[in-house]
Amino acid sequence: MTQLAKQLEEPRANAANQAEPALLQAQNLSMLYAPGKGFEDVNLSLYPGEVLAIVGESGSGKTTLLKTLSGRLAPQTGSISFQSDSNTAELYKISEAERRSLIRQHFGIVHQHPLDGLRPRVSAGGNIGERLMENGWRNYAEIRLQALTWLKAVEIDQSRIDDMPLTFSGGMQQRLQIARNLVTHPRLVFMDEPTGGLDVSVQARLLDLIRNLVTELQLAVVIVTHDLAVARLLAHRIMVMKQGQVVESGLTDRVLDDPSHPYTQLLVSSVLQQ
Amino acid sequence: MTSFSQQATALDDSSQQYNFAYLDEQTKRMIRRAILKGVAIPGYQVPFGGREMPMPYGWGTGGIMLSASILGQDDVLKVIDQGADDTTNAVSIRHFFSKVCDIATTEKTEQASVIQTRHRIPEQALSNNQILVFQVPIPEPLRFIEPRETETKKMHALEEYGSMQVKLYEDIVKYGYIATSYAYPVTVHGRYLMDPSPIPKFDNPKLHQSEALMIFGAGREKRIYCIPPYTDVHSLDFDDHPFSIQQWDEPCSLCGSHDTFLDEVLIDDQGQRMFICSDTDYCQKQQAAQLGAEHDSVS
Repeated sequence: MTQLAKQLEEPRANAANQAEPALLQAQNLSMLYAPGKGFEDVNLSLYPGEVLAIVGESGSGKTTLLKTLSGRLAPQTGSISFQSDSNTAELYKISEAERRSLIRQHFGIVHQHPLDGLRPRVSAGGNIGERLMENGWRNYAEIRLQALTWLKAVEIDQSRIDDMPLTFSGGMQQRLQIARNLVTHPRLVFMDEPTGGLDVSVQARLLDLIRNLVTELQLAVVIVTHDLAVARLLAHRIMVMKQGQVVESGLTDRVLDDPSHPYTQLLVSSVLQQ
Repeated sequence: MTSFSQQATALDDSSQQYNFAYLDEQTKRMIRRAILKGVAIPGYQVPFGGREMPMPYGWGTGGIMLSASILGQDDVLKVIDQGADDTTNAVSIRHFFSKVCDIATTEKTEQASVIQTRHRIPEQALSNNQILVFQVPIPEPLRFIEPRETETKKMHALEEYGSMQVKLYEDIVKYGYIATSYAYPVTVHGRYLMDPSPIPKFDNPKLHQSEALMIFGAGREKRIYCIPPYTDVHSLDFDDHPFSIQQWDEPCSLCGSHDTFLDEVLIDDQGQRMFICSDTDYCQKQQAAQLGAEHDSVS
């Protein structure tokens, strides 16, 4: 099964522009809490500006894989290398201080529950500004200006800048979390079910927003979702996971229109058709 | 049945059985080691095995343990509480040490070799043969932004202090200026972020390049940290909202000082108020100097 995934991986890597190296490259990555719990032998490479969706049922190891890729959970075996500016960093070989600084500068992490990624008792402007202050910004007026710009970018009324996130609706909190992550212009954003728990119309607006931001900023994104519609809308490539194994991966349209693995076929056929 | 006076005499005798400065020698050594480590790593919070003291937490147990372990028989002790020598906390701690150490105490800043303080640094500049002991309620400056101790330790270790600015940012959002007026966060020796205990930010500049050794003791949280003499101490701020200290429109009503930290005192129920120096020793000295000057001009 994993052999198939590997075969499909290759042509894409060759097709990529030779001058542009992969942003993130994972090799033989494994992290198992117990047999079948976690993920096993994952290989992937992600290029600048590319959106990769990881889909699969609950407990298939999607979120664990995302945690490992984003530098928050060390894998048992395998390695991840990240291409930052001109040098390559092995995510779990460098010291924790270096890793945290790399995450701060180049990664954005959007949690499933917005309040996990926000400070609920700090104003919206402070939440966006915190990332800038962590990266050394010390001018109040400039921080404020950036916060206003980003509130506008994620379609939150600028007059809410001094309100606490606790007073925001779920959709607004999620957009605020995205603004907070994008303000430092990361090169790579990890999203864990960003549309989970939102009603359909709010989901649609949020997806629209994410899609625009991704194209505008040329972001590379790894998005975990169990919603195939989200994957189809946003992702260039898709990885299907089942019980910790990558069962199928490839271009989104190819995988969703012509699924080859029985599990993917089941997944696709269980989506309501119009 | 023994009479009250007999009991009191017996109690007085038993106080002779206390070790010098109340704590036993092993405890004092342990605390001195923590102080030495704190001096070696300016601003770093050193954990220590705090002891039960004969008073509740929050009344200055941390400061008392530090004082007890550094006091020698030749030392002269001064204790201030909010700058005053005559408030309950100051009087009872001074009394405690004169009882368990039998050492000289003073109210004069320049005569003291050890000064235990709560919430103030004396107005008079300290010298390099003096030690200032602070009582600290909450030693962790990052507690506002991060409730987890494991995480704050990591933030200190990796020098991730950017989020501390968020507290100051929120101040400007709410009040238009940095309204934090006490326990104002500082970085020590360009490295560790430190809470200077609840001294007013008026006193923060006195921490910078101080001649006296400053040691901070938190009894409840069992932490010791220090600022060695002649160490750089920088108060956090923004480029466009620089650090500034409190100012008053009027001078001290008693001594006329313009450059001291003033307490506002209500004097009747008609809303009348006066401003007086919080440092009682300094205020009295200024008044005495003025009296002397008047006396000279008359004669």
